Amino acid sequence: MSILQVLDLGLAILVLAVAGWTIAARELFASVVGYVAYGLLLSIVWIRLYAPDVALTEAAIGSGVTGVLLVTTGARLRGAGGVEANRPPGISLRFLAPGLAVLVAAALAAVVLLLPEPPTTLAPEAREGLAATGLGNPVTAVLIAYRSFDTMLEKVVLVLAVVGVWSLAPDRFWGGAPAPLGRARPEGALLFLDQALVPLGILVGIHLFWVGADEPGGAFQAGAILAAMWMIVMISRLTEPPRVGARWLRLALIAGPAVFLAVGLAGPGMAGGFFAYPAGFAKPIILFIEAFMVLSIAVTLPMLVAGPPRRSPEP
Amino acid sequence: MIETPPALAVTAGGSLLMLAILAPVAAILLSFALGGRFAERVALGLTPIGLAIAIAIAVCVWRSGAPLVYNVAGLPPPLGIALRADGISCVMLVTAALVIAAAAFYARANFATPEGVTEARAPLAFWILIQAVWAALTILFVGGDLFNLYVALELLTFAAVPLVCLSGKPETLVAALRYLMFALFGSVFYLLGAALIYGAYGTLDIVLLAERMRPLPAVWLAAGLMTAGLLAKTALFPLHLWLPPAHANAPAAASAVLSGLVVKGSFFVTIRLWFTVLPSLPGGAAEAVLGTLGSAAILFGSVLALRQERLKLLIAYSTLAQIGYLFLIFPLASGAHPWIADGWSGGMMQTLSHAFAKAAMFMSAGLLAESLGHDRIAEFAGAGRAMPATFFVLGLGGLSLMGLPPSGGFAAKWLLLRASVAADQWPWAIVMLAGGLLAAGYVYRILAPALSAGAIVLKAPPQRRREAIALALAIVAVALGFAPPSFFDFLQIGRAATTALP
Amino acid sequence: MSASTLAGLVGAALVGLGLYGLIVNPQPLRKILAFNLIGSGAFLVFGIVARRGAAAGFPFDPVPQAMVITGIVVAFAASALAVALILRLREETGNVSLDSDAPAKPPGDGAGAS
Repeated sequence: MSILQVLDLGLAILVLAVAGWTIAARELFASVVGYVAYGLLLSIVWIRLYAPDVALTEAAIGSGVTGVLLVTTGARLRGAGGVEANRPPGISLRFLAPGLAVLVAAALAAVVLLLPEPPTTLAPEAREGLAATGLGNPVTAVLIAYRSFDTMLEKVVLVLAVVGVWSLAPDRFWGGAPAPLGRARPEGALLFLDQALVPLGILVGIHLFWVGADEPGGAFQAGAILAAMWMIVMISRLTEPPRVGARWLRLALIAGPAVFLAVGLAGPGMAGGFFAYPAGFAKPIILFIEAFMVLSIAVTLPMLVAGPPRRSPEP
Repeated sequence: MIETPPALAVTAGGSLLMLAILAPVAAILLSFALGGRFAERVALGLTPIGLAIAIAIAVCVWRSGAPLVYNVAGLPPPLGIALRADGISCVMLVTAALVIAAAAFYARANFATPEGVTEARAPLAFWILIQAVWAALTILFVGGDLFNLYVALELLTFAAVPLVCLSGKPETLVAALRYLMFALFGSVFYLLGAALIYGAYGTLDIVLLAERMRPLPAVWLAAGLMTAGLLAKTALFPLHLWLPPAHANAPAAASAVLSGLVVKGSFFVTIRLWFTVLPSLPGGAAEAVLGTLGSAAILFGSVLALRQERLKLLIAYSTLAQIGYLFLIFPLASGAHPWIADGWSGGMMQTLSHAFAKAAMFMSAGLLAESLGHDRIAEFAGAGRAMPATFFVLGLGGLSLMGLPPSGGFAAKWLLLRASVAADQWPWAIVMLAGGLLAAGYVYRILAPALSAGAIVLKAPPQRRREAIALALAIVAVALGFAPPSFFDFLQIGRAATTALP
Repeated sequence: MSASTLAGLVGAALVGLGLYGLIVNPQPLRKILAFNLIGSGAFLVFGIVARRGAAAGFPFDPVPQAMVITGIVVAFAASALAVALILRLREETGNVSLDSDAPAKPPGDGAGAS
């Protein structure tokens, strides 16, 4: 076995061990920390699978932003007090669960090993269409050109998630701001992090967006980085979450899907079909759409983490 | 322009499919940005537009006798995404448009933004969520790509769950959380199945998959996983635990849409999966399992409905039972037999008539609860005299649930009975008859106390306009019973002949 | 054993682990973690399909990778919605339980209910 294979095996074992820890840990906080570590290990797995775009997204959103969400929630759940009234599952379920899990995992493993040869792929078709889009990164091409309809709908799903989260506020808090993300005024290390990391992070985010057309990167990854920077600033209480009634917030949240929709609707006039791009002009349009997507994602993710409004709107 | 081979598959009028989806999507974004009272106005303004597009699509399909097809961005599958509307898509689109329009106008009294306030939580959320339900359902009915359908299923979940807990009461929060858990279970296993199918065939386009389909281990597992997930979303026994509390405690307009339409969305995807993508298993083992689960749902749901003390819970358990009838379409309409046309038409007719009947019943239950201040059936004595129109609507809806003529429910059960007799699959027939009797039982339970003598104190006068909306839906449910044979021919348009039809 | 086959097996194991955690853990937040595990297992299956589809000069098939990116974002949104529900339930009833007959205690002094 070569070094790489040994490393792969080690990585696989580590991933499974951390995942098992996440399930089995007694304390909620330990479980969440395990999940964040798991996400980062998973990003390395994605690199080994030659999927840098996915690795970036997994690290930024799957592990990073989800981690912030879960840690904040864990803290809020601990702080509120109250009683855990959950009954552990009965004996029959405890016997059923491992059996079912092993069955499904084994079936899945068998099927994965038996996937047909030669492997099916759409890479040749993706390569063919790439020239017309002017892009160099085929994943971006799939997201914003070939299957743009999916991506546009997914942006709408994000808007709905925000509406759903906000609708969970008590009536009297509507229009107000969510609770602050952090505890106290920043001091020392956190302030230094803000001053040093955040500007750098913003630059990295913008760079990822620009470069994503031809290299790994793109709107989702860039948006996630910018979202993380805003969250850092909110966690250290340098700024507070905005009021949910703020007009600029509403517009920023829908900017991505709205621009995507508008360009898609203009498709028949420009290029003969909805969501089609005119020849030779595809790349600028794609970057234009992606810019607004970055804005929307950068605003949506922190608002989803911040949660429903918990302060009364000022009179 | 992205190169397109000659667009053989695309049909004229295909752009309508895209417009049908983009109209509610644009409305959602507009409602969110404008906020306040505009959300309600946009939603109400959308209803005639959406209905017109749905009718236009149906007319196009009827005229041409073939499904409408549209390739998004002009890019055909396997790389691109296709939209397709066949006969059953059209009837579902029109049904969704009518039921949501009715629910929207019904809900104006409950979800108007109060005076003196720019924006309120429940109204804004309601109007956006209901439009999102419409958008998601439209994609589910015309989507031609399994991953596109996944995104639509997620949109539907995100729209439906907050509707359940819109009132903010603790029992609705528990119900919403349980609903979300089941829905997430459904999504993740659906996605896993889709991954396996892509690995096996290199595409997720439904029609291409039907062409390329061969029995492979990956396909069997994928079918099992995806079906399990979809059954959880459709609340088929035994994955039904979430539905009664969720539908019973939601606001009445939301319950109408949830029971009438939302569960039908994932059911529709199940039909697409089993009747277009997958080949029939030899002997029809999988279809028989689905039919058995459906039968269990019919019996279980009806018996539980008989025992309910609250009207809305009774109606919700009745939904469980009626969903069971839907799954009889699988054993009765698959393969290549002379009776499958009956099975197909019966299953679809059940979907449509239940949508209208159940929506009407939930709306009536809502009006009752508002007028009486409660929905405990035992205390309905004399309510029949005080609110005759509302109980008339409940009776009409019950007619369809029982399967008595004249009603769409009768047509549906008659067709399914005929199919099961012709197919020599007697157990389904027996179950359906038993279900009909049990339904008669619980409908009687609703109406009997109300028709008995008793003094009743109305907390609020009955609202004529909203009663009329519920009545209109109930009348449609009954009118479906008079559907001409050409209607059933329409339902067969585009029905994939996965095995040679005689 | 190639990296992609190994990753596929890991994905299968993750789905099994997540399913076990889902059934066995009564706390809703732990169930959300379990869902995320199952989801990442499903994404890994997409990932190995993408890796196996290396062709036309690309070391991967971009379509499944794009689906995974979409899936990760949607999974996060679902987690956020679930978390918001859990927190609200905690505020309203003082505990988070999916048992319908669990006692709904009024929250303690610290947490003000609406």
